[in-house]
Amino acid sequence: MNIQDIRKLFPILDQEVNGKPLVYLDSSATSQKPVQVIETLDRYYREYNSNVHRGVHTLGTRATDAYEGAREKVRKFINAKSIQEVIFTRGTTTSLNTVAASYGAANLKEGDEIVITYMEHHSNIIPWQQIAKRTGAQLKYIPLQEDGTISLDDVRVTITPNTKIVSVMQVSNVLGVINPVKEIAKIAHENGAIMVVDGAQSAPHMNIDVQDLDCDFLAFSGHKMCGPTGIGVLYGKKHLLEKMEPVEFGGEMIDFVELYESTWKELPWKFEGGTPIIAGAIGLGAAIDFLNEVGLDNIVEHEHKLAAYALEKMSTVEGITIYGPHDPTKRAGLVTFNLSDVHPHDVATVLDAEGIAVRAGHHCAQPLMRWLKASATARASFYLYNTEEDIDKLVEGLVKTKEYFSDVF
Amino acid sequence: MSSNLDALYRRVIMDHYKNPRNRGILEDGSHTINMNNPTCGDRIQLTLKVEDGIVVDAKQEGEGCSISMSSASMMTQAIKGKKIEDALKLSKIFSDMMQGKEVDDDIDLGDIEALQGVAKFPARIKCATLAWKAMEKSLKEENQD
Repeated sequence: MNIQDIRKLFPILDQEVNGKPLVYLDSSATSQKPVQVIETLDRYYREYNSNVHRGVHTLGTRATDAYEGAREKVRKFINAKSIQEVIFTRGTTTSLNTVAASYGAANLKEGDEIVITYMEHHSNIIPWQQIAKRTGAQLKYIPLQEDGTISLDDVRVTITPNTKIVSVMQVSNVLGVINPVKEIAKIAHENGAIMVVDGAQSAPHMNIDVQDLDCDFLAFSGHKMCGPTGIGVLYGKKHLLEKMEPVEFGGEMIDFVELYESTWKELPWKFEGGTPIIAGAIGLGAAIDFLNEVGLDNIVEHEHKLAAYALEKMSTVEGITIYGPHDPTKRAGLVTFNLSDVHPHDVATVLDAEGIAVRAGHHCAQPLMRWLKASATARASFYLYNTEEDIDKLVEGLVKTKEYFSDVF
Repeated sequence: MSSNLDALYRRVIMDHYKNPRNRGILEDGSHTINMNNPTCGDRIQLTLKVEDGIVVDAKQEGEGCSISMSSASMMTQAIKGKKIEDALKLSKIFSDMMQGKEVDDDIDLGDIEALQGVAKFPARIKCATLAWKAMEKSLKEENQD
């Protein structure tokens, strides 16, 4: 793939920030959008905006076809068996909350265990904390190795026959590690538990095959994979979803409504209360087409190269601490770091003055921050449109940051 | 580096960051308040000793960036010895300053004036106001008692 050609498809990248060409290194927070996605949204609103699954008019049919067409694109993208297993949600957080509130509420009781890891995003911690409190189940954490990876020995010790739910992120938004979710799913299943995968950071960056992973649920967001904000996916195995109660009632999800009783639509619509996120889903469909066109394998290879290059170059900056494994084969395309004596906010502000966008803060992973013994860190994250030149600029920016702060002191 | 950055990271700010004033916890304080900035992880613990409506002592502790920590340091320096209402007035002036509003020339802001440049960095205003919000919250509760 030709990066310069790809960059031309992302209009936002062609601008100056604070008088310098924009270097966008915050794709783990949200990715930029290619013209294909922007134009698809524009066309929807200009040409066939309409509510779906109701009425008989032509625009309604076009919107319904596009909305359901997007569902089929998602199904293929993750290799789900059926579109009944693909539910559109607002994003990863909503997807995980749905599993906790519906499956968790119905299947957990006192003495049961929910197992997660120390590296989880708040969205894969708090729904479980809440449901644990409500049901009396116990929340357990798989510890981390020195380099931030998970050992399967620890997984085997933490998951017991009392474990009912295991929920793990496939790629860490802080450490960049890729977790062995397929192997963890196997251990979960051997113990009679279900496996939930938080795919927020993996779906944009690698091929996911839910049948191969044999996960029971998978959650991910559209906006991190070139799609619009406000759309996400909850994949669930059909036999589990069928037994689950909806968490939102009204609108799209109803079948018959009596005065005191109602019934729900069949899957997947029973989980899609209200007017669905029509534009979002269609936009996500366009993003998937785009990613397929570029090729996920090419994206993976490109990001691995960038990560290896970034690790090598960034390590040369004096006083830098890089978190997570230093072996580039063990990680995805992001590098979380700190500069000695400079707070990450200050790093991010100085870089911003150079036109470089990085994230600074706790990355919605406060327990992990405590494990790292850092109150905050800075993070540079890469996607298909980033180049080695971007990383060179970052490294230059970091050197300048060091100099700037040693000058003022 | 840009002059804009120099307007943010003034020498006096860096001095407060490196050598924070009133660092620690007041063992005999009358007010303790903890405040976080949940979006970034900055946190401050502020202890105040109020006697007869006057802030006789103030200490601050916490972790965060140069802007939040220097602001906490300057704030404790500024309110020590002030009446509650004057401390709250100063907090209002500071808030106006962060919003880029004109500040009355007659008021001697001392070191605090150095934080004026923060107004041009919207993403950093919350860093600067954390300690002030903590002070405001604990003294306002006092006023209502």
